[in-house]
Amino acid sequence: METPSPLLRVRNLTQAFGPLLACADISFELHSGEVLGVVGESGSGKTTLLNCLSARLTPTNGIVEYDLRGRGLTDIYALSEPERRLLLRTDWGVVMQNPRDGLRMNVSAGGNVGERLMAVGARHYGAIRREAEDWLAKVELDLGRMDDKPKHFSGGMQQRLQIARNLVTKPRLVFMDEPTGGLDVSVQARLLDLLRGLVRELRLSAIIVTHDLAVARLLADRLMVMKDGKVVETGLTDQVLDDPHHPYTQLLVSSVLQV
Amino acid sequence: MTRAAPQSESVVEAGYNFAYLDEQTKRMIRRCILKAVAVPGYQVPFGGREMPLPYGWGTGGMQVTASIIGRADTLKVIDQGADDTTNAVNIRRFFARTAEVPTTEATAEASIVQTRHRVPEDPLAEGQIIVYQVPQPEPLRALEPREVECRKMHAYKEYGLMQVSLYEDIARFGEIATSYSYPVMVNDRYLMSPTPIPKFDNPKMDDCPALQLFGAGREKRIYAVPPYTRVKSLDFDDHPFAIQQWEEDCALCGAEETFLDEVILDDKGGKMYVCSDSHFCERRRAEGHRGRLSEGAAKAYAAAVGADVEEA
Amino acid sequence: MYVAVKGGEQAILNSHKLIAEERRGDTAVPELSLAQIKEQMQLAVDRVMTEGSLYDRDLAALAIKQAQGDLMEAIFLLRAYRTTLARFGESLPIETAGMALRRRISAAYKDLPGGQVLGPSYDYTHRLLDFALAAEEGVGAPEAESAESGIEAAIPRVTDILNHEGLIEEEIALDDAAPVGDLTREPLRFPAERDLRLQNLARGDEGFLLALGYSTQRGYGRNHPFAGEIRLGEVAVEFVPEELGFAIEIGEITVTECQMINQFAGSAERPPQFTRGYGLSFGHCERKTMAMALVDRALRARELDESIEYPAQDEEFVLYHSDNVEASGFVQHLKLPHYVDFQSELQLIRSLRKRHAQDRREAAE
Repeated sequence: METPSPLLRVRNLTQAFGPLLACADISFELHSGEVLGVVGESGSGKTTLLNCLSARLTPTNGIVEYDLRGRGLTDIYALSEPERRLLLRTDWGVVMQNPRDGLRMNVSAGGNVGERLMAVGARHYGAIRREAEDWLAKVELDLGRMDDKPKHFSGGMQQRLQIARNLVTKPRLVFMDEPTGGLDVSVQARLLDLLRGLVRELRLSAIIVTHDLAVARLLADRLMVMKDGKVVETGLTDQVLDDPHHPYTQLLVSSVLQV
Repeated sequence: MTRAAPQSESVVEAGYNFAYLDEQTKRMIRRCILKAVAVPGYQVPFGGREMPLPYGWGTGGMQVTASIIGRADTLKVIDQGADDTTNAVNIRRFFARTAEVPTTEATAEASIVQTRHRVPEDPLAEGQIIVYQVPQPEPLRALEPREVECRKMHAYKEYGLMQVSLYEDIARFGEIATSYSYPVMVNDRYLMSPTPIPKFDNPKMDDCPALQLFGAGREKRIYAVPPYTRVKSLDFDDHPFAIQQWEEDCALCGAEETFLDEVILDDKGGKMYVCSDSHFCERRRAEGHRGRLSEGAAKAYAAAVGADVEEA
Repeated sequence: MYVAVKGGEQAILNSHKLIAEERRGDTAVPELSLAQIKEQMQLAVDRVMTEGSLYDRDLAALAIKQAQGDLMEAIFLLRAYRTTLARFGESLPIETAGMALRRRISAAYKDLPGGQVLGPSYDYTHRLLDFALAAEEGVGAPEAESAESGIEAAIPRVTDILNHEGLIEEEIALDDAAPVGDLTREPLRFPAERDLRLQNLARGDEGFLLALGYSTQRGYGRNHPFAGEIRLGEVAVEFVPEELGFAIEIGEITVTECQMINQFAGSAERPPQFTRGYGLSFGHCERKTMAMALVDRALRARELDESIEYPAQDEEFVLYHSDNVEASGFVQHLKLPHYVDFQSELQLIRSLRKRHAQDRREAAE
């Protein structure tokens, strides 16, 4: 049986900042509907990797290919800037760790969700509003807050709004950088629940960067463990977490279990 | 209606070139105008010169006018629709002094109309050129202060953010709360600022037989709308663009479909409305049209503004 | 009482007559001569020449008189005149190492070749009002004694001394192939290269640059400056006429130059090294050149791969707002009639208020 072509294919990706290698020779594939967790402590190169994958930082070396609708696997850095920008606001989503970086803080919650729709040509106010309402409900935001600006929202609400804003164009691939970072434990749990539900329901493919193994365990099908810019171990989530091979992974897992 | 230039004040002899700018600069500006006409709505950067009037007072419009004006032209200058506002008078005088061209208040008699904040009520015709003074050429500026980013948004036709600002208006106020400088799409390609004209005037830009030129001196940009080009005001399908309407007619000439100025008559709330286009209103009165308040209103208006109102 | 902005031409002419009268002031007081301004208000003349970007002491004095001492208005007058002048070409770069010095100080070295020359400076005056200057009989003819040995000719610049050890970045070599930009001919575009940035800063408002330079010292873009050298003096201006093919001296101008020395951590390619910030003005404008040098260095963040976080590092912000002729015009254009726009807003507010009241009523029912 022929294996279907991957959604994302990364070959020999390297990102250097001067003498420092933030990512060294990383290769992997991501298939449709799959959730990949990238774990490691801060400074391990996870966020740099995510920026390279999501067309926001041109890698020093290597190729990132994405299965563009109608075009098949395409080197994203060979795309023109407008094509990349279009991809980023239609078929992809990027959820930033700090919602302030991913939201327009001076635009209402409804406007934040509606922006992507309007960017691709939606011009019916009522329809945009209904769609925004749908998504706000999906991320369990109070519809009474729809016309309020996110700067008055709590951190958890902002993060849920950011997720709705990204998912409204039904992207196939979502990049998330520490989506639960900076939130209280109880808020984290609720957000994780929500994310898990959405990923399953929408059959999303996602790459999630986190230092929190509990987040990885809950959301990811597969894990990639990073240390000093290198991938030291990969495998199915349960396998990696229950039977870690690399000493660094063992250390990570044991430290989390002690908590 | 047309007045010859006053010879006594001319500075053409005093060492300044015809229409003030040197010919080299005019050629540079005309090349930019040609480019602007070729790409309707696109803001062409140009080497704007320092003018003897302050930035923000019409230096862009003046440079455009200076570059296209010839001895055969007749110039009309308006500010807020009126020919006799100080800034309009001053700019008209500038060209009368530096180019010795005849000036007029009659829209139909002008070959070039330079304007600030209005489009005349009388429809413009083929062969006429209207030059708009532009304080801020970038319609996206209020949403995105970065010039580099704005230029990308235009280049990639990324105008979602502009639509978001209209969405926000409706969500907050129930309607699009932009009453002037109302953004337009030109030729279905470039988002353009119509300059601070009231949205009442936006429809006059669409499919207009005259050439429309826009000069921004401080920001050093020129843009254009060639004759018979589509100019569409942004809106939503279910919140269509609409122009201002008044419950009253012009108190002086009775015009029903013009942009009206509100004139305060006393400090007890007394007011009346008169055409903002001063020449249009005068012409109608000369033709015998009378407003609802008629003679009394004309006298009250004259008393309030100290203007001459000819007896009927 | 409603005062219309109508009425026009006569009012404008009358207003001009009024300024002429006010400018003259009390006719019992002798009229100010251009020579007096030129000789006794040199620093005002210098600022007007610098920001007006035209080296002409007589015209600058005239502009100051015409503007009743309003220096921004004088700068505007000079600029509007400058723009009508024909351009013959570009001079060769002036050689400030060969400057006939009147003042030269370095805060980086105590002792250095050529020595410290304090020259004319307010730096160490006690700021006490000198009532002797108010005396009816005037100050007479004050005279300063000159040193026994004159100032050496061609004193090396501090940056050149550092350069020998490679401790400071090289001065950018003159590239004959790349013409120097001129933002009075071509519109500013971004990213702007250093030639245009320096031109913009040289013409920029002293107060604006001072505040920005100050902000870099207070933590909004710290770049550890040292006043490597400030020099004031006369330099020759050389020009190569096409028909001659060699340089001839066409005159001498007074300039102030400031070279700031700043830290730089280095990058993968470059070892740690001092970097430069540069300021230059016509005449004696020391505060301006120092502020300019700080801002120039801050604006090099992009080129030096430093993070851009503060206003002084943001070239669009700095270059678009530094020009006081542009700024003053646009701020003051708010005096022009805006009654069409205001009428539009009035209408809108009335309609929004009506809708608001209606919504409240409905909500109450």
